[in-house]
Amino acid sequence: MQQGGDIGATRPVLDVRRLKTVFNLGSAEVHAVNDVSFHVRRGELLGVVGESGSGKSVTMMSLVGLLASPPAEVRGGEVLLDGIDILKLTPRALSDIRGARIGFVFQDPMTSLNPVLTVGDQLAEPLIRHKGMDRRRAAARAVELLEMVGIPDARARMSGYPHQFSGGMRQRVMIAIALACEPDLLIADEPTTALDVTIQAQIIDLMQDLRQKLGMAVIWITHDLGVVAEIADRVMVMYGGQVVEEAPVRDLFAAPRHPYTRALLRTVPALDGARLHRLNTIEGQPPILFEAPGACSFRHRCDHADAQCACVNPDCCKVAAARDATDDPKSGHFVACHHVPALPGAEARAVAVDA
Amino acid sequence: MLDHAIPEDLVTVEGLTMHFPIHAGVFRRRVGAVRAVDGVSFSIARGETLGLVGESGCGKSTVGRALLRLCEPTAGRVVIDGEDVTTLDAARLRAKRPAMQMVFQDPQASLNPRMTLKQIIAEPLNVHTGWDTDRKLARVRELMEAVGLDRRFVNRFPHEFSGGQRQRVGIARALALNPKFVVCDEPIAALDVSIQAQIVNLLEDLQERSGLTYLFISHDLSMVRHIADRVAVMYLGRIAELSPREALFARPLHPYAEALLSAVPRADPSRAAGRRRIVLKGDVPSAARMPPGCNFSTRCPRAFDRCRTEIPRLAEVEPGRQVACHLFDPTKPAAG
Repeated sequence: MQQGGDIGATRPVLDVRRLKTVFNLGSAEVHAVNDVSFHVRRGELLGVVGESGSGKSVTMMSLVGLLASPPAEVRGGEVLLDGIDILKLTPRALSDIRGARIGFVFQDPMTSLNPVLTVGDQLAEPLIRHKGMDRRRAAARAVELLEMVGIPDARARMSGYPHQFSGGMRQRVMIAIALACEPDLLIADEPTTALDVTIQAQIIDLMQDLRQKLGMAVIWITHDLGVVAEIADRVMVMYGGQVVEEAPVRDLFAAPRHPYTRALLRTVPALDGARLHRLNTIEGQPPILFEAPGACSFRHRCDHADAQCACVNPDCCKVAAARDATDDPKSGHFVACHHVPALPGAEARAVAVDA
Repeated sequence: MLDHAIPEDLVTVEGLTMHFPIHAGVFRRRVGAVRAVDGVSFSIARGETLGLVGESGCGKSTVGRALLRLCEPTAGRVVIDGEDVTTLDAARLRAKRPAMQMVFQDPQASLNPRMTLKQIIAEPLNVHTGWDTDRKLARVRELMEAVGLDRRFVNRFPHEFSGGQRQRVGIARALALNPKFVVCDEPIAALDVSIQAQIVNLLEDLQERSGLTYLFISHDLSMVRHIADRVAVMYLGRIAELSPREALFARPLHPYAEALLSAVPRADPSRAAGRRRIVLKGDVPSAARMPPGCNFSTRCPRAFDRCRTEIPRLAEVEPGRQVACHLFDPTKPAAG
């Protein structure tokens, strides 16, 4: 969208290739992430959409080694951060990268902040650890960070504890901590899901503003299609531990191609326009991934499923160029479905939106 | 209008107030109160769905609980099907319970993990009917069918089911005694998007079949627009606006309702850029320290002097639309 023009050519900050994560539960294995590949460029916001159990959070946690192991096991793939495979690093080296080059914001700020440390101490910690600042300089920088994320009376609030902050203010503190070391990449896992809509609007505005100011890449995980439509440059849709569709945000919403994405977009009732008599649903349940997918994981809930879907797992292939065309071979509209060319309406709807 | 209950209203609420006292000091003296609900009035017609929306802490769930007398309101009247439930003694309240039921937000927390579906759904029947085992089992099976659960699952436990299916169990339990009025407190908030639509469709089907009246409490405005006939928007313990669904979503009148609707992200990136979004400044004040005057005056982009001193009354400003805002005061020309 608005940032789309000049980022096309830049090299990805993060390039993930065929990542595989399995939870080994002794008696059974859960294949939570199956050959997931994606990338995010400098200054770009990649939205990751999916329902619970689709593997969106596990993907992001496993690429920086935040999952408890056992039971989690990264079975394969590469995670290139500026060209270096961070899966091969020692735990110590990886821990230096977390916080310094990759920042995190989680859904619930109350459980991710330490309740017995002041906000000021929690902000200063990464600065002392990763940037080698002394206490005084770290404290001064912490005040600046709190001001940057819009916390009024920042100097006085430094000595406050997390419970003395409201939900929205706590999430601002989390963002300030994540940005403390000016990371190249920020991973935000449902950062506004626990917040009210008017507070969510404040946080979205803040993130957009900071992203433009600091030029970092952002991966924003959410189940809210509305949030993605407002903030993302590019969107990746996950289902059953796999990427089923990936496209620039406008292309995805104007011409969704995977049957799951199309169904998902139809189930959300609109705030304006015609009101449906009955809501559209996706019948059935998401799969439980006890084995590595050898077939399309959406086939049991899909109207287009046939024999091929039951025996061959479709690859995520490029089906169209991005409409604000860049010559980057990594950009475009990617779909993992055997029936994409035959899906009715995809082209028709794209044309209608263009016109 | 609210002084004379219209007979076709199943539920009439007048001046409902719920203050939770704050105690402090060695003698636990009362030093103040959290004004969770502060003089709320509305009515719900038979077969109607009233949506109750607002942000966390605005008192919407407390209204739902006070209506069913799951907590004792501080003041106010709640007339359900001709009887004021706030004054009923224990025995008469118990006799009234079958007519008014509740569906809770979290089906995980509201179902006993050690009970089978049969035991869970039959529990209200055990308490309120003298039926024998066969008759209860027949009713349980009938209910499971009605909510779309396979009747062969009667002896399974809640953990064997997904969130959407568990919510169906919660709905079956609420319907066991053929209630007239059901309070649905965030019934879909814990569910995935693709499952939410299934549950909302089910609630609508059941309403059509049995003429149920719903109070649908939710923070999901697009879902409320789908299911509700009229919508009450609450802010900090009071109703800011109560309007028919289409009117509210097409043209919200109260500045808070306007900001709330504008803050909801739309799944349409082509229009996201041009849309005017009102981003409110600051946080919701604490219900223990309400601002004087209008409770929204601290964040309202259109507040003027009178808003900071005088509480606006909820008044009809257009046919069927009630707004509590000095900008729409019918007795004086609008200022601002």
